[in-house]
Amino acid sequence: MISFTDYHLKTINHMKPKVIVLTGYGINSEEETKFVFEKSGADAEIVHINDLVDGTKKLSNYQIMAFPGGFAHGDDTGSGNAYANKMRNNIWEQVQKFLTQDKLVIGVCNGCQIIANLGLVPGFDGKYGERLIALRHNASARYECRWVNIKTDSKKCVWTRDIDTIRCPVSHGEGNFYMEKDVLKKLNRDDQVVFRYVDDNGKPAKGKFPVNPNGAVEDIAAVCDPTGRVLAIMPHPERNWNFYNEDDWGLLKEKALREGGKLPKEGQGMKMFRNGVEYFMK
Amino acid sequence: MPHRIEVGSRVADTRALVRKKRFPKMKDVFLLDVYTIDKDLSAANLEKAGDALANPVTQYFSVDKPCKTPVFDWALEIGFLPGVTDNVGHTAKEIVQDLLKVKFHEQEAVYTSQVTLIKGKFTREEVRTIGESLANPLIQRIYVKSAEEYKRDGGMGIIVPRVKLAHEPSVDEVNLDLSDDELAKIGKAGIANKDGTRRGPLALDLDSMKVIKNHFDKEGRKPTDIELESLAQTWSEHCKHTIFAASMDEIKDGIYKYYIKRATNEIRAKKGKKDFCVSVFKDNSGGIEFDDKWIVTDKVETHNSPSALDPFGGAITGIVGVNRDSIGFGMGAKPVANRYGFCFADPNDEDPIYKGANNTQKMLSPRRIMNGVIDGVNSGGNCSGIPTPQGFMYFDKRYKGKPLVFVGTVGLIPKKVCGAPSWEKEAQPSDKIVVIGGRVGLDGIHGATFSSEAMDSGSPSTAVQIGDPITQKKLSDAVVKEARDMGLYNSITDNGAGGLSCSVAEMAKECGGCYVNLDEVPLKYPGLDPWQIWISESQERMTLAVPPKKLKQFIDLMDRRGVETTVIGDFNASGKCEVIYKGKKIMNIDLGFLHDGLPEKSLTTVYTKVKHAEPEEQDTRHKTQTADLTKVLHDMMARQNTGSFDFVSHQFDHVVQGETIVGPLHGKGRVNGRASVIAPVLTSEKGVVLSQGLNPKYSDIDTYHMSSCAIDTAIRNAVSVGGDIDKLAILDNFCWCSSDDRERLGQLKEAARACYDYATTYGTPFVSGKDSMFNDFKGYDSCGNKVLISVPPTLLISSFGVIDDYSKCVTLDAKFAGDLVYIIGDTADETGGSEYFDYLGFIGNKIPHVDAKKALKIYRVMRDAMKKDLIASCESVWLGGLGVSFARVAVAGQMGLDIDLKTSLSPDSALFSESQTRFVVTINPKNKSSFENMFKGLPIHLAGQVRKDDKFSIKMNGKNIVKSDVKTLDKFYRLPFKNY
Repeated sequence: MISFTDYHLKTINHMKPKVIVLTGYGINSEEETKFVFEKSGADAEIVHINDLVDGTKKLSNYQIMAFPGGFAHGDDTGSGNAYANKMRNNIWEQVQKFLTQDKLVIGVCNGCQIIANLGLVPGFDGKYGERLIALRHNASARYECRWVNIKTDSKKCVWTRDIDTIRCPVSHGEGNFYMEKDVLKKLNRDDQVVFRYVDDNGKPAKGKFPVNPNGAVEDIAAVCDPTGRVLAIMPHPERNWNFYNEDDWGLLKEKALREGGKLPKEGQGMKMFRNGVEYFMK
Repeated sequence: MPHRIEVGSRVADTRALVRKKRFPKMKDVFLLDVYTIDKDLSAANLEKAGDALANPVTQYFSVDKPCKTPVFDWALEIGFLPGVTDNVGHTAKEIVQDLLKVKFHEQEAVYTSQVTLIKGKFTREEVRTIGESLANPLIQRIYVKSAEEYKRDGGMGIIVPRVKLAHEPSVDEVNLDLSDDELAKIGKAGIANKDGTRRGPLALDLDSMKVIKNHFDKEGRKPTDIELESLAQTWSEHCKHTIFAASMDEIKDGIYKYYIKRATNEIRAKKGKKDFCVSVFKDNSGGIEFDDKWIVTDKVETHNSPSALDPFGGAITGIVGVNRDSIGFGMGAKPVANRYGFCFADPNDEDPIYKGANNTQKMLSPRRIMNGVIDGVNSGGNCSGIPTPQGFMYFDKRYKGKPLVFVGTVGLIPKKVCGAPSWEKEAQPSDKIVVIGGRVGLDGIHGATFSSEAMDSGSPSTAVQIGDPITQKKLSDAVVKEARDMGLYNSITDNGAGGLSCSVAEMAKECGGCYVNLDEVPLKYPGLDPWQIWISESQERMTLAVPPKKLKQFIDLMDRRGVETTVIGDFNASGKCEVIYKGKKIMNIDLGFLHDGLPEKSLTTVYTKVKHAEPEEQDTRHKTQTADLTKVLHDMMARQNTGSFDFVSHQFDHVVQGETIVGPLHGKGRVNGRASVIAPVLTSEKGVVLSQGLNPKYSDIDTYHMSSCAIDTAIRNAVSVGGDIDKLAILDNFCWCSSDDRERLGQLKEAARACYDYATTYGTPFVSGKDSMFNDFKGYDSCGNKVLISVPPTLLISSFGVIDDYSKCVTLDAKFAGDLVYIIGDTADETGGSEYFDYLGFIGNKIPHVDAKKALKIYRVMRDAMKKDLIASCESVWLGGLGVSFARVAVAGQMGLDIDLKTSLSPDSALFSESQTRFVVTINPKNKSSFENMFKGLPIHLAGQVRKDDKFSIKMNGKNIVKSDVKTLDKFYRLPFKNY
């Protein structure tokens, strides 16, 4: 029912990008993150942060750096903080070099929290490393695992080309985007807000729970750096890689059966990862 | 000199807002996160540490002086007591170490605490009470200062909760040359300390004590304390399941072998080539075949007593502990899903109970227990990256003394690891005994023996542990994602109940002996006695058998993954379990005696059935028959056992690992489903169905039928989403009470008999199980009267099985207007023990009976009909009967229903009887004839249609009995936990 080979065949003649999927200390979505990149035609490798720190592995060998979801260090001292500290203290030069090259970075959920703490976003004027965005506790002060719709109108972001909305889950305790007013203004002005939460009809959440599941300012679900190559996203597109992951697939399937429609094979989240991989194959 | 870093929030802090909402008298709340660094650091380094611990966008910090704060009236600090696991403190220590490239020595640490600054008119006592509602005195300290005191003292001051064990560790010999009374006292209350206090329960009865005494008499010596403690752990009810193993009346083999294991053996033989069991009963989990490459495993545990005392700690330790039953299956299975089941008392019950006389040792309220347990599983499951799609909550006032906290973990392992069968393992003589993960402290001492006893004023507080999911996640990843496939060890097991004493001795059976040097065991703090090190249940530890030539590679890998590894001895073939401490042999016991020396118990039982009052005998029921059944249905929807618990589903991550197929909430109306489906191998279209069934109220009438209903419910629930009855395995968890009472044992025996009868008829083998036999509370009510609160005999049946094609799964929500509604299965007047009778205040007698042969046929046709896409939605009928099920289908689909029941039953029986083996399904009218043909000869009843609008009506034989609408039903459905 699900074909994994079509895409691989198509891409065989191009350069497959190599993806480093970081793990360690409680990151927990590395396997499905690797899976969606491979399904998109990339070579993906799961690498423990300590293998970067001790030099066993080098960032320079990869084209895409992925920070998966998880609970690095148990969210202790603030989600993403300890893991970001570890990178800053030990391999910051490698990270900076990676950013100056024509390469891609994605941080999903805990990965989003890590790269916000690491200052890879917003990265105004190429000044990576400055912390200007925080992911606060959800407005409900509770972990929220629920399906949301996110909509993009970003022209800049590499990851969202040809995407309008994606339905996928959020699953986090601290996903409440916060920044000072001038930072927010600049993000808006420079097309760095990538996704916002919308309702089932594509209308803005306007902060209303649970359409906006965490109280994020201006319903922000994802932001990028000024180049559009570094994406920090709270919801989990990789957890809707399969049509049968989606919360309402039962209804959609029944509809297709009656109306003779065709069911998609993939979930709505896949397109984003394909965009990342295709960036290197054109 | 210790230092104190305080972190404050420069923006609105959601945690503070929530706290303010909870205590409306507070005018304002401000929170400070405090890090107490017990290490000498320079001012510049402390400044750097503060930078790393605080988020500059939202926070600021101060070092060794009070943080800038808004005006407040009271300061309330809550921190951990010495020795309690402080996960955040541990991470903070790692941050500081990595940042400053300094090393913390043995006694140096970072401790965390939180200050709540309160503005508002309160007395000191009131602030303390607030503190007590936020903290648990067993693990936390509360410290209150008024604003004046705070100002006068220059802040809260520094408290370092370092553990100080003043005494010199020693090994004592225990004199067993005593009277029977004295021997029994050691068994019950523990070995006497020099000051006359006792060390805590050994849970050894007089017979066992005498066997031990004779054994050591023969050896011509007295046992050491560690030997006696070790025997108590190994022989505990918790580890040896003495009641299930004991001869019971005419059943000489005991009910486990005779009813449970025999059922599995017969089912496997009958299935022949279709037998899907791979590993049953012998390992930490049970394993069945997923496909030709993979095995899935399952295990369900309980963590009842610890959760009663410290709900958060008990529950997190439970869930993280059962994860290790997956990691400890065969050569190590990756946890791919968690399940839970919570049995609580009514959270609105605020009448206190006490462990001690004269209103002393107050127990936590049902609400605290419920909130804490949910928080614990939330934290443990979410932090570990394991989805928790499947679970339930069940309420009965008899869970007030001890809640039941069921936690389970499904694992995934390749059939072959390094070319050998993955489910087999054997420690070899000369293998090193290696322990990985957390360190050993006083936590969890006597956990195994404690859970073998009723809870009373003597229950030890050190039975409380707090899990550290990240320490375990590190070791789990290092083992199941790396070391396992590198072939670095020969055997692995979990350190759970009984700690090292059980895990090492258990593995020693595989090779024939062990030699342990206790000095090597890494400790959280010095001063532990050797017996404590040996039996401590400190969490997040696994024991492995590593061949000497792989040792270096193993240790190197673990080091690079941040997992602490220690070699504590050697496996051998000496036939003995020997333990050395400070150069002296302090334990020297034959493995044979250790494992098999336990005297065989022989139990006799009686079972007196009680006849309960029927509502017919009074006029109650007559009234409800003529009463407004619409109102009754609304009330039935709003009961704690039937209402939505989506607030739990939404806070347990059920989408991680990208494998969700059928999640916990169905349809646009997000109604809690009865079963879940995951697809743990991302490249396969096969799924694994998970479900549960229990019906404790039926135990009041007949435990045989209680048990058969639990089995039918678990299977029916699995079938309702697409489960295949021919590929289902089941697990049993008996949570009994007063198991020294012959009546209770009689009830147990009947429940076990039903397990055999029904499992064999359905062909669903038991693959794993666990029991907890003393779920009783002995204490006092608020008037000082003695009370005994025993849980109703509870049997949880969990099912798991492979689904060939997950695209054929079905959810319970009505999907299209005009679809036909069918009832599958027959409804009889089986209202005894029902949710409806409980609502009326009766128990009754007419308990549901299960016709398993007929049910088997129905379940197979259901599977086939789903494979042909003939069923659009399916609801398994459970508590509250058809009435509640119709409403759930409507609410889930957000579509109304027109139902007309043809029946000779009374209207209330027709709506609320809990007859088993029933479904409510909706189908596309185009499929009517093919659907009806498939069910030819089986009881199906066309009952109505799905509406376009949201009107909901039920007629009986053409006469209106219920009129409502989806919006109203939805409102009542969400009422019980609206404010959670």
